[in-house]
Amino acid sequence: RGPMAAALRGVGRRFRWWNAGRGGRGGRRGARPGQRDYDLLVIGGGSGGLACAKEAAQLGRKVAVVDYVEPSPRGTRWGLGGTCVNVGCIPKKLMHQAALLGGLIRDAPHYGWEVAQPVLHDWRKMAEAVQNHVKSLNWGHRVQLHDRKVKYFNVKAGFVDEHTVRGVAKGGKEILLSADHIVIATGGRPRYPAHIEGALEYGITTGAADVALECAGFLTGIGLDTTVMMRSIPLRGFDQQMSSLVTEHMASHGTRFLRGCTPSQVRRLPDGQLQVTWEDRTTGKEGTGTFNTVLWAVGRAPDTRSLNLEKAGVDTSPNTQKILVDSREATSVPHIYAIGDVVEGRPELTPTAVMAGRLLAQRLFGGSSDLMDYDKVPTTVFTPLEYGCVGLSEEEAVSRHGQERVEVYHAHYKPLEFTVPGRDASQCYVKMVCLREPPQLVLGLHFLGPNAGEVTQGFALGIKCGASYVQVMQTVGIHPTCSEEIVKLRISKRSG
Amino acid sequence: RRRRLLGLIERSRVVIFSKSYCPHSTRVKELFSSLGAECYVLELDQVDDGAKIQEVLLEITNQKTVPNIFVNKVHVGGCDQTFQAYQSGLLQKLLQEDSAYDYDLIVIGGGSGGLSCAKEAAILGKKVMVLDFVVPSPQGTSWGLGGTCVNVGCIPKKLMHQAALLGQALHDSGKFGWEYNQQVKHNWETMTKAIQNHIRSLNFGYGLSLREKAVAYVNSYGEFVEHHKIKATNKKGQETYYTAAQFVIATGERPRYLGIQGDKEYCITSDDLFSLPYCPGKTLVVGASYVALECAGFLAGFGLDVTVMVRSILLRGFDQEMAEKVGSYMEQHGVKFLWKFIPVMVQQLEKGSPGKLKVLAKSTEGTETIEGVYNTVLLAIGRDSCTRKIGLEKIGVKINEKSGKIPVNDVEQTNVPYVYAVGDILEGKPELTPVAIQSGKLLARRLFGASLEKCDYINVPTTVFTPLEYGCCGLSEEKAIEVYKKENLEIYHTLFWPLEWTVAGRENNTCYAKIICNKFDHDRVLGFHILGPNAGEVTQGFAAAMKCGLTKQLLDDTIGIHPTCGEVFTTLEITKSSGLDITQKGC
Repeated sequence: RGPMAAALRGVGRRFRWWNAGRGGRGGRRGARPGQRDYDLLVIGGGSGGLACAKEAAQLGRKVAVVDYVEPSPRGTRWGLGGTCVNVGCIPKKLMHQAALLGGLIRDAPHYGWEVAQPVLHDWRKMAEAVQNHVKSLNWGHRVQLHDRKVKYFNVKAGFVDEHTVRGVAKGGKEILLSADHIVIATGGRPRYPAHIEGALEYGITTGAADVALECAGFLTGIGLDTTVMMRSIPLRGFDQQMSSLVTEHMASHGTRFLRGCTPSQVRRLPDGQLQVTWEDRTTGKEGTGTFNTVLWAVGRAPDTRSLNLEKAGVDTSPNTQKILVDSREATSVPHIYAIGDVVEGRPELTPTAVMAGRLLAQRLFGGSSDLMDYDKVPTTVFTPLEYGCVGLSEEEAVSRHGQERVEVYHAHYKPLEFTVPGRDASQCYVKMVCLREPPQLVLGLHFLGPNAGEVTQGFALGIKCGASYVQVMQTVGIHPTCSEEIVKLRISKRSG
Repeated sequence: RRRRLLGLIERSRVVIFSKSYCPHSTRVKELFSSLGAECYVLELDQVDDGAKIQEVLLEITNQKTVPNIFVNKVHVGGCDQTFQAYQSGLLQKLLQEDSAYDYDLIVIGGGSGGLSCAKEAAILGKKVMVLDFVVPSPQGTSWGLGGTCVNVGCIPKKLMHQAALLGQALHDSGKFGWEYNQQVKHNWETMTKAIQNHIRSLNFGYGLSLREKAVAYVNSYGEFVEHHKIKATNKKGQETYYTAAQFVIATGERPRYLGIQGDKEYCITSDDLFSLPYCPGKTLVVGASYVALECAGFLAGFGLDVTVMVRSILLRGFDQEMAEKVGSYMEQHGVKFLWKFIPVMVQQLEKGSPGKLKVLAKSTEGTETIEGVYNTVLLAIGRDSCTRKIGLEKIGVKINEKSGKIPVNDVEQTNVPYVYAVGDILEGKPELTPVAIQSGKLLARRLFGASLEKCDYINVPTTVFTPLEYGCCGLSEEKAIEVYKKENLEIYHTLFWPLEWTVAGRENNTCYAKIICNKFDHDRVLGFHILGPNAGEVTQGFAAAMKCGLTKQLLDDTIGIHPTCGEVFTTLEITKSSGLDITQKGC
C-alpha cells in the first residue's frame, strides 16, 4: 500500500497546483467578489469552526456553517458541535466522573456513610444521561448560531472551486454555496486498523492514545474487566516518567496491560464473544483472548478526503493528509484557512481550536493582527489519576537545553482526602522542569493527582508569563489542597 | 559587603554604625564607654562605601538612620531605643550575654509557624527548644503537637468537608448509573474516629521530625519571667526555667466565647467539634466567620438540622458579593439563617449525648427576642490571641491592648529586639497556616542563615471550604474600589456550570467567577474570585500567576484546559459595568 499510495499522492499534488492557478486567474466558476453568498463559509461545526463562525458573525459578517457527520462503520452519528461535544471531551469526562464517583462510593464508608452492598453500575443509565446532556449541547449550539444569525446547513461539503462549495444533504439534495473566505474545520475521525482481519466488522473506536487510556480507565472504574494492548509506549509525546506512573496507577487499580503486542485478527465466536489474536513482539509468540468488546484507539485521521481539496488547490501533507497552513492559519490558497485537528502539526485540543478560530475571525474581519500562540498549551489526560501538564516534558527539556542546564524539582505527595480511606498515593507526583541558571525559568510542569486539570490551569498562566522557580516558591500555598504541593517543591532530582 | 557586615555583627560584642558628626551617635558611644563595653565603631562618613553599607543596613534592619546599634548579634535600634533598653535593663543583659544561654532560640507554641521556624533554625545548626502546651477547652478538649491547623483547624475541617462532599457524590452517583440501596445514613462516630486517627499520626510525625532535627520539645506552658528567661510549667504543675538568646512567639489563637450565661458550660467551639464523641444533632452555629460557615456547611451535609445565627454580615473582610453567594447556596441546601440576632442566654434542658439546650436570642435592631431548642450550640464568633498570659508585660513586649495582637515590623520583630512573633497573633497579617509556615521559615533563615528574604504578605491566596468552595487571591471588590476608585476598575465576571453538575442535575447559574482589573495598569488583575467545586485547587495556580503580574490580556492569551472549571477564566468577556446578562443558557 505504502509506495503506491505515495506515488498517486504525488500526482494529485501537481494537479492541484495547476487547478489553483487556473482558479486564481479567472475565478472561473465562482461568483465574483461582492456577489458571493457569504463573507465567510465554515466547513465543519466543531469547536473551532463554530467559534470562528460566531466571532465573525459578532463582527457583523454574513456567515454560514456546514456540518455533516458521516456515520461510523457501526452506524453511530450525532449532532452539531463536533468531536469534543459529541464523542470527545464531554462524554469522556462525564464517564470519567462516573468512574470517580465509583471510587468515592468506596471511600464513603470510611467517612461515616453507611452504604449498603452490593453497589452495581448500569451502563445504559449512565450513557443515556450523558447522551441527554450531549443533545442539550447540540441544541445549544444550534440556538447560538441562530441567535447570531449564522446560517447552518446540515450538508456534506466538497469544493467545486476555490470560492464555491457544494453541499449534499442526507436525502441527496444539493446546494451551492460561495464565499469570500472559507475555513476548513472538519476535524478528524478515528482510524481503523483496516489491515487486521475483523477490525472493521467487530471493533468500535475512539480517539488517540491518551483517549485509549482514558477509556480503559473509566471502563475499569465502573467495574468492567478491561485490557489495554499497546504496541510500544503509553502516551507518546508526553513526559515518559509521568506516563509510566499513569499506567502503573491504572494497573494497580485493575486495568490489565499487554505491552509490546499487536493484534492480528478479531473473530466472532458462536457465543457472540470476540476472540482476539495477537503477537507478542518481544517473544514472537502468539496469544489469544476473548472479549465482549474491542475498542480501537490507534489514532485519528483528518477528515479531508471527501472535501475535493484538489478542486480548490489546498495543499495537504503527503504523510498525514492533514492540511498545511502558515502561522495565520492560511492554506496554500490565501483565502482558504484551516483550523483545529485537520491541520498539520497542531495540538489536537478543543480550546486551541476555539482560540485559533476566534483569532482568525478577528484577523479577517476585526482588524486584528494577533496570531495564535501554540507554545505552552496546557492539557490534562483524564485517566483515573489525572495527569495535567504544560510546557516541556523532561526529555524534551533535556534534549533542547542539555542535561547540565536543566533542574527538575519533584515530590511525591499524599492528598489529604486519601488519608482517611487509606487510598494508595504512590503515584501522586508532581515535577517542575526548570532551567538551572537563576532565576530558574520554569520550562514545564507535570502534575499527577486528583483534579489535575483544575490545578494545572492557573500554573499554565504563570508559565506563560515567564514564571521562575523562585516566583512559584514565593507563592503562598492554599491549605490543605493538592495544588499547594507545587509551591512547596524544594527537592531537585539532582540532589537526590 | 553584606556577608562582611553580617560577619562583623556576628563577631563583635557591640557594633555601632555611626557618623562622626552625628550628635546622637556620640551620645550612644558615650553610653557604651560609661558601661565599660568595648565597641566596634564604623563611621560611615569616613569609609568609601558608607552609603552602600547604609543601604545594606536598611535591608537587614529596616533602619537607615545612624546610629544603628547591634549588641551581641541583636539589633537594638537607634539612639532612643538604645537608651530605652538601657533604662529597662535590657542593654545590660544583652552586654552580659555570651553563650551562657541554654538555647539559641526558644519558640513558644508548636503550631505551623512555630514548628517551621524551630526546624529551620535547627537545620541551620542552632540549639532550639519548642514549648507547646494545649490549655484544655472549657469542655475539656485538648490535643497533641501541631497547633490549630492540624488538630482543630484545616485538617479535620477539610476532612469533614470531604465527608459532606461524599454525601453529595453519593447523591449524584445514581444519575451516573450507580445502583445501590439509596437509604444511606451517616455515622458521626465512624468518621470522627477515622479523622482523629489521622490527626494522631500527624502529631506523632511532628514529634518525630523535631527529634530528628534535635529540637528539644517540652510539653509545658511557657511564660516570660524576665529578659531572656522563661518559665515552663508542665501538666503536673512542675516548673522549669530556660534561657535563650532569641525568642519566637507563635502561640496562635483560641475561639472566643460570648460572655453570656451558660456559654462556657454548655456551648462547644471548633476546639471541641472535631473530636466530639457523639453526633451533634440539631445544631445552632453562632457567628458568620469562615469557621462558622464551614462547620454549618458540613454538618448540614451529613443531614443534620443546622441553623446559623448571624449578627451582621457573612465572611467579614471577604468580597461581599461572593460571601452573599456562599450564603445563598448554603441556604438553598438546607442551612437555615437567623439574621441580626445575638444569643443572650443558653440553658440546659436535658443532659445527654447530645443533650438539649434552650437558646434565648435578641434582635440587634429592636427588642424582639426568640427562643430555640437545639442539641448543640457551636460558637464561632471569632478568635482571641493567646498573648495575655505569657508574661509579655514582664519583658515589655507591646501588644495591641484591644485585640491582643502583637505588632511587628517587616522582619517579624517585636518592640523588644530579641523577641519575634509569627502566625495568627501578628497584627494585620493573614491568619493562615501556609503564611505562618512561610514567615517562620524565612525568619529562621534571616536570624541564622544570613538570608535577607522577607515574608511577602501581599496577594496571599485562600479558600473557604463551604459546601460550594470559595477561592480568592488579592483584593475584594470593596477594597479595590476603596483603593483604586470604581471608575479605574474593570470587573469581568460570569456564572458557570461545571460539567460534572450537568448530568448530576445540579443547579445551573450558581458557580461564579470574577476578576477585578486595574484599567490604568494594563488591566492588571488585582483580585481573583471563584465560587465552585475544587476552588482551592483552581486558585493556587492563579495565585502563582498573580505573583508574576497577571493581566487580563494574559488570561485571554492562555489556552483553557477542557473541560474544567478553571478554564472559565481564560474566556471572561462580560464586564460588570456593561450590565450584560451572565446567566448561562443551554450549555
